[in-house]
Amino acid sequence: MNTDWSVIATFMPQLLNGAKMTLFITLVGLVGGMVVGGIAGLMRTYGNWLLNYTAMIYIEVIRGTPIVVQVMFLYFALPVLASIRIDPLTAAMIAIIINAGAYIAEIVRGSLQSISRGLAEAGLALGLPRWKVLVHIVGPLAFRRLIPPLGNQFIISLKDTSLFIVIGVSELTRTGQEIMAANFRAVEIWSAIAVMYLIMTGTLTLMLRYIERRMKIL
Amino acid sequence: MSIIEFKNVSKHFGALKVLDEVDLNIDQGEVVVLIGPSGSGKSTLLRCINGLEMITGGDLLVDEISVLAGYAKLREIRQEAGMVFQQFNLFPQLTALDNVAFGPKHVRGQSTREARAQALALLDKVGLKDRADHFPNELSGGQQQRVAIARALAVKPKVMLFDEPTSALDPELKQEVLNVMRDLAEEGMTMVVVTHEMSFAKQVGSRLIFMENGKIAVDGHPQEILSSDSNPRLKDFLRHVH
Repeated sequence: MNTDWSVIATFMPQLLNGAKMTLFITLVGLVGGMVVGGIAGLMRTYGNWLLNYTAMIYIEVIRGTPIVVQVMFLYFALPVLASIRIDPLTAAMIAIIINAGAYIAEIVRGSLQSISRGLAEAGLALGLPRWKVLVHIVGPLAFRRLIPPLGNQFIISLKDTSLFIVIGVSELTRTGQEIMAANFRAVEIWSAIAVMYLIMTGTLTLMLRYIERRMKIL
Repeated sequence: MSIIEFKNVSKHFGALKVLDEVDLNIDQGEVVVLIGPSGSGKSTLLRCINGLEMITGGDLLVDEISVLAGYAKLREIRQEAGMVFQQFNLFPQLTALDNVAFGPKHVRGQSTREARAQALALLDKVGLKDRADHFPNELSGGQQQRVAIARALAVKPKVMLFDEPTSALDPELKQEVLNVMRDLAEEGMTMVVVTHEMSFAKQVGSRLIFMENGKIAVDGHPQEILSSDSNPRLKDFLRHVH
């Protein structure tokens, strides 16, 4: 076998650009996903039947279809259906937001429902309005229980960005494939890419572990 | 003057009738002890007073405000009627001091400093001044329940509702909670207490109510009721509590 690891150094600037794109999509996707997931999770937990069902349908549709199909739909079907044309990067970001949002919604619901009903009743019995019970009592307690499953979702979403290769977003995996197509250095390039993903997910894991250690679960 | 008035109150959970057309007036300064077999409706009766359970028939007035008068009014009632729970329900992320300061701060709009100063005085009153900076999981059950009483008192209620306050406690820890409740009664606080502590009923209670199947079966002075043989089912019940 004839390997030449120096090609990694040669192509590092391109690979780093790809990694940057991966991180950018992940970051936008997760911030957006937490907003969407937070709202959908609250709708599921505290909403009336209409809000509850709306959120439930959203969650089931997204969880029940592959993310590749979702991004293909956004990128190829939406222009036909509604004459909405979006560029690949936008499609990728929207796909991660709605995809992560659906999973995060269930994480939020689970955390909120895991907080003992008695604590909320104790707040209500003091004369607090419901929103204050959520903000000052149930919310802070649920947040601590949110962190481990949320970390899991962060890592999954980061890796899911590699699937956007199908619509040609120049994230890390796509960049690797382009380099490969020119020089056929499969072992070197894919090894380098695997390590780069590991560094990104590893950093995420360490950050989450740090936050978790600072916030005792009660 | 009656501070709590049940007017023909019913409460259904689906098809199940838990309170059956209850009429009851509780006056200021009374210490009412509610007893009865499980499922007789005593906890539900208590929880209807501050609207943790909504009544499904009749009307219920607390300090002349109806629990049916809307959410804003209900919150006023809850500030008039403090509640102590069987499971304490202290906020686990807050120290004993901040648990007690919580209500005044978030309900009465007091500053943190003001609320904490008042909270410290209340912790002193329940004998826990030296535990002010402890978190609930660092306190014994009896201590937690005393903090919970201080937390409810901090909002300056006119009535205190106790839902089996000593049922989750080991026998040797019950007394410290009962002592705090006795002090409170001696200060003239109006109290409604669901309990199985018959000694508390006899010594501190000014009125004893025996509930059965969602109705008030016996209502009167504790000493008289407990010494007479008027109600065979009450006698039977009392044999089982001891």
